[in-house]
Amino acid sequence: MSDATATKTLVTLRLTVNNHPGVMSHVCGLFARRAYNLEGILVTPINGGSTCNVWLMINEDGRMNQVVSQVSKLHDILDVRVEETDENVFERLSACLEFAPVVAV
Amino acid sequence: MKRMTGAELTIRLLERQGITCIAGIPGGTNLPLYDALSRSTRIRHVLARHEQGAGFIAQGMARSSGCPAVFFATSGPGATNTLTSLADAKMDSIPIICITGQVSCPMIGTDAFQEVDIYGMSVPVTKHNYLARTVEELLHIIPEAFSIASSDRPGPVLIDIPKDVQMGMLEIAELPLAGMPEAPVAPDPALIRKAADLINAAQCPMLLLGGGANHPGTAAIALSLVEGCGIPAAMSLRGLGIIPLEHALSLGMLGMHGARSTNMLLEECDLLIVVGARFDDRATGRIDCFCPNAKVIHIDTDASEVGKLRAVEAGIIADARLTLEALLPFLGMKRRKPWLDRVACLKATHGMAVKDSDNPCSPYGIIRCVASLMDSSAIIATDVGQHQMRVAQVFPFTRPRQWLTSGGLGTMGFGLPAAIGAALQHPEATVLCFSGDGSLLMNIQELATAAEQQANVKIILSNNGGLGLVQQQQELFFGGRIFASEYTGVVDFPSIARGFGIPAINLNLSRTPEKDLEKALHSRGPCLVEVNIRAEDKVFPMVPPGAANIEMIEGECHV
Repeated sequence: MSDATATKTLVTLRLTVNNHPGVMSHVCGLFARRAYNLEGILVTPINGGSTCNVWLMINEDGRMNQVVSQVSKLHDILDVRVEETDENVFERLSACLEFAPVVAV
Repeated sequence: MKRMTGAELTIRLLERQGITCIAGIPGGTNLPLYDALSRSTRIRHVLARHEQGAGFIAQGMARSSGCPAVFFATSGPGATNTLTSLADAKMDSIPIICITGQVSCPMIGTDAFQEVDIYGMSVPVTKHNYLARTVEELLHIIPEAFSIASSDRPGPVLIDIPKDVQMGMLEIAELPLAGMPEAPVAPDPALIRKAADLINAAQCPMLLLGGGANHPGTAAIALSLVEGCGIPAAMSLRGLGIIPLEHALSLGMLGMHGARSTNMLLEECDLLIVVGARFDDRATGRIDCFCPNAKVIHIDTDASEVGKLRAVEAGIIADARLTLEALLPFLGMKRRKPWLDRVACLKATHGMAVKDSDNPCSPYGIIRCVASLMDSSAIIATDVGQHQMRVAQVFPFTRPRQWLTSGGLGTMGFGLPAAIGAALQHPEATVLCFSGDGSLLMNIQELATAAEQQANVKIILSNNGGLGLVQQQQELFFGGRIFASEYTGVVDFPSIARGFGIPAINLNLSRTPEKDLEKALHSRGPCLVEVNIRAEDKVFPMVPPGAANIEMIEGECHV
């Protein structure tokens, strides 16, 4: 994300969702159906695994408000917020991964 | 403590939701549910002949009552067959609940016999869906499904129940509470005042009423707004019936096949008050040319609809009835004589003029003749195509929920099973099913269901030997190249109906068509009335797809 213009157009959404098989297909399906690409996805369980945090990196291209209000309607989505902080979770994650040793499976 | 199986629990919970009739088809993986249903004294089962038919029967019940309706299908092909009716319900916000059987949990993911991932497949066509993994989960899933289906903007819910979950045992002290719709959301008072100011300041205001306002309580208050404040009302396809068609301030349907006068008045209005409608492209035409001079007040319970396609001056995300009730006291009775004179003038010069309205063997005449023989208790279902647009244009609807049609998805094959569902829900009513030969063939197997149930459904078949609306577009926009839209094989529909045990007549072959039509409509039970019309007869006026509503083809006195 060294290109300044590219950083400007990317936005991170943070969702809190119920954790069960199928939630991610609801979320990802909604974006796919509206021809909206997900540039990055990160999911971590919270509250002992009953819910998850989902970070989605998306392009802000004028359709974002519509897709955010559609995501908010999903029954398993408990909270949606547009991350305002400068500390982008995806940037930090890529930084970690770059230095992580490659382990053969 | 009571001991019961998952299947028995499901049926008990459906009984507690007030369900009295379930359409469906049994199969390998939902047999435990059917076994439990056979012992229910409160729920009657209606055996459909195709799962899509079962889904539309449920839609007919839900659309005509406003309450959630349930249908059953087995796994695999039974489940995939439900998808069209679910997608249709999603587009038109209809509360139906589909309960599918699924292979037992240990077999899920093994490509077992009649296994499909209906949970995954139904994600985009349902408001919400479930795969029940344990018997205990059913305790919250079933009531929650009813609550979701009927709350806010209604919609379809699918519940997939594996066979071993249906057969698993559960001990419970008492059943959970029945699932109810959430309380309707009241409007923000500040927005009400803003909207009232906009309305009071407007010289040429117009209402646009959609499916979200098609409920008796909302319609009554919308009528007070129309009459009390002198505001003319147009309706979307799904909103027809909210204001009676023959009311002086009703403008009927707008959009692609609306009256010229309606689209012209929308062009001229300075304020558009949209209630429970979503700016569908068939209604607005080219959106950037729609109501170019108007400020917009948009009232909708679904936040994602407000501002989706048209910027608004006031967006009120709340229940339609509560919002209109809150608005009324702030609105002065304003005499907008120039505007109402203009409305009356354009309705007279550019309204729908119905050609051949007293000839029951003509495309519009059959509709008007049938309407003249019916009272306001009749329910009207249609299929999709030219006949549907003609009914939408000229049938004198008088009340909300009187009109059942597939709007958003435009599903051919909707009409007959939806009419059966409405007849099951309202056994005292006469249910008309206007159809075309293309549409009727798409769920014709449900004639067997209609005959078996002796559903009081009158099928009015306008037979033009082809796909009329397709031919219309080919002729107007594809250089007249009619291709793949004519049926060269002739189907003898009256013989087919009789083969199912349903009386039938062809009005063109009758010496006294008016009399025979009256006899058919006023006798009890299902019947089929066929008229032969010409495929060349188009539906006018018409806005070409992608054009502005003001660029209508024909239709001055063409209808």
